[in-house]
Amino acid sequence: MSLSSRHLLGMQGVSRNDIQLILDTAITFKEVLERPIKRVPTLQGKTVVNLFYENSTRTRISFELAEKRLSADAVNFSVSTSSVSKGESFKDTIKNIEAMKVDMIVVRHAAAGVPHYLTQISDSNVINAGDGIHEHPTQALLDMYSIRERLGKLDGVKVCIVGDIAHSRVALSNIFGLKTMGADVSVCGPSTMIPKQMDELGVKVIHNIDEAIQENDVLNVLRIQLERKAREYFPSIREYHKYFGITEDRLAKNGKDIVILHPGPINRGVEISSEVADGPSQIILNQVTNGVAVRMAVLYLLGTQN
Amino acid sequence: MKIALKNVILFNPDQKLNKKSNLLITDGIISKIGSLNSEDLKNCQVFEFNDKYCVPGLFDMHVHLREPGREDEETVVTGCNAAAKGGFTGIACMPNTEPAIDSAEIVSFIKQKAKDHLVDVYPVAAATMGRKGETLSPMSELVEAGAVAFTDDGVAIKTARILKTALEYSKMFDTPIIEHCEDESLAGGAMNEGLNSTLLGLPPIPSVAEDLIVSRDILMAEYTGGKVHIAHISTKNAVELVRQAKAKGINITAEVTPHHFHMTDDAVQTYNTNTKMNPPLRTSKDVEAIIEGLKDGTIDCIASDHAPHSLEEKEMEFEYSPNGILGLETQLGLALTELYHKHILSFEQLIEKLSINPRKILKLKVPKFEIGEKANFTIIDTDEVWSVDIKKFKSISKNSPFHNRLLKGKAIAVINNSLFFLNEKFHSI
Repeated sequence: MSLSSRHLLGMQGVSRNDIQLILDTAITFKEVLERPIKRVPTLQGKTVVNLFYENSTRTRISFELAEKRLSADAVNFSVSTSSVSKGESFKDTIKNIEAMKVDMIVVRHAAAGVPHYLTQISDSNVINAGDGIHEHPTQALLDMYSIRERLGKLDGVKVCIVGDIAHSRVALSNIFGLKTMGADVSVCGPSTMIPKQMDELGVKVIHNIDEAIQENDVLNVLRIQLERKAREYFPSIREYHKYFGITEDRLAKNGKDIVILHPGPINRGVEISSEVADGPSQIILNQVTNGVAVRMAVLYLLGTQN
Repeated sequence: MKIALKNVILFNPDQKLNKKSNLLITDGIISKIGSLNSEDLKNCQVFEFNDKYCVPGLFDMHVHLREPGREDEETVVTGCNAAAKGGFTGIACMPNTEPAIDSAEIVSFIKQKAKDHLVDVYPVAAATMGRKGETLSPMSELVEAGAVAFTDDGVAIKTARILKTALEYSKMFDTPIIEHCEDESLAGGAMNEGLNSTLLGLPPIPSVAEDLIVSRDILMAEYTGGKVHIAHISTKNAVELVRQAKAKGINITAEVTPHHFHMTDDAVQTYNTNTKMNPPLRTSKDVEAIIEGLKDGTIDCIASDHAPHSLEEKEMEFEYSPNGILGLETQLGLALTELYHKHILSFEQLIEKLSINPRKILKLKVPKFEIGEKANFTIIDTDEVWSVDIKKFKSISKNSPFHNRLLKGKAIAVINNSLFFLNEKFHSI
């Protein structure tokens, strides 16, 4: 079995078979992560460049660990240490990196479409680690893996993505992936943070968080990006927390078992209360562990294609 | 010097003229129309055109020449060469140069650069100093130097207050204020707001950003009695607003680009930077409204918004790439292919929108087929099928999304200022 594409640019258009293959392969790698020696020789001799044009801690470390545990040679590139600050164009940077004979490029960039552009100017396998507000496919895959691990399935599972849908690459990738896998997807947040076209994607829009809790099996709670322009879209953090924050009281009031995901980093007291973030419903740290396994699966499947 | 053009169809809606004939041109002036005798043909170079249309020279009223400032992308002369190849004998050039066209010296500088060319260049000057929307440009001086209109181009005139002043002041010369209609507070995105921007994760520009300024400008044109010309109209609502304003007798005109009359934001799906423009490509509903607007005359003319950019500016991340594409060398082909051959516009309507109306908006003389008139016209083969090849462009820049596109119809020759452009070359006549 192999993937039908040479790259993972986004979840849009990725088939059910491919997603299934990645998630199933990740099970094996999760088992590797439980061993005392967490390393397999699968990608020995392959070179992977982690090209991070935007700050990231967990995604970069997760990829780097995944690469090392597959015995690939991992090289990190980040903007502050690169010649980008000397004015080199993106294309020239890529051409130079390619000239050093690399096999795969993991890219994060603040501009949407950069992974697509990368495939046009490079021969390497490209993995999108987040492009602007477009897609973050490995996050969606690890979210799906984590939901499936907890609930045993994705088909028919009701998932609501909560928060700033319009400016989230996690939301879009989750929507595409989950829908392909047969989940029932809705979104919940202030109307200023939900694109008008959600119905065209077959996604239900909810503006009442209690309703979202009652109707769903899973909440994927997005980070409110305080550092971005998100603050323009709602009156105050206080108001956001009051009407959309996930709190213990709210979960208790709706008296229901629910699984809570969060892609991190968490703003405690904003989109989620500390009690919930550390409570029994959440699987936030499982997501982080699963992230390494899922990324190993993606790297393995792309790196061992002919 | 004498040349004869044999078997051309003289076509000028402004003269209600549509007839097969021959033209004799002596020293750039029409000296005879009709059958030519042996005396006429003595010492005369004869060109056979086999029933091709000969129309008043095409005019593009929205062209960005990059001189002064970015001569690596386009100069006055290379832009004029591209215009001639595209079938145009006149162009109006926009003031977003560096420095902006906000002084008589720069107007004269551009006119000087174009002095000996076949293509007439009419600078459109900045409405405000440095296009900053604060202080009115020296409009009287600019008009005296040869400016034919005013615009802050690339942006709308910043405030209603300065727009009001600009419209009131420019009334003295009866020149239009050309507006790039986009609300500043809603600007800054990379593509049209809609399903595609959501799917592509690109920062959006809502269509209402255009509609708001079109509304403002219409109201201000009505209030002041000034003349407003809407550049590159792109939304359904804007077309409707202009239609209503015209019905009320408000002094307003509008142009559309070839890309806006036939492309939608679906073209952005590959993140091709040559589909990035401002206004952005919109939806099929907008394109349908534009087609209606072209048919019923709401949209007066077709203009290219020819915007040269260097390769390195377009070979980059979509969001960071500058807006705009080339247009001069593909405009006529696209208009013939997408509007004339698809029976959306008649040939007469097409020539009105590509030659007569833009000249009238800018109060320039429309060339005529009459003895004693200056020869200023374009010869068009409406049926030749050709493939766009950016490598053959006369423009220095190559940023066109139409590379390898098959088009039906093109200009085969242009004549103006005693110069004849035929087979890729300029000939003195």
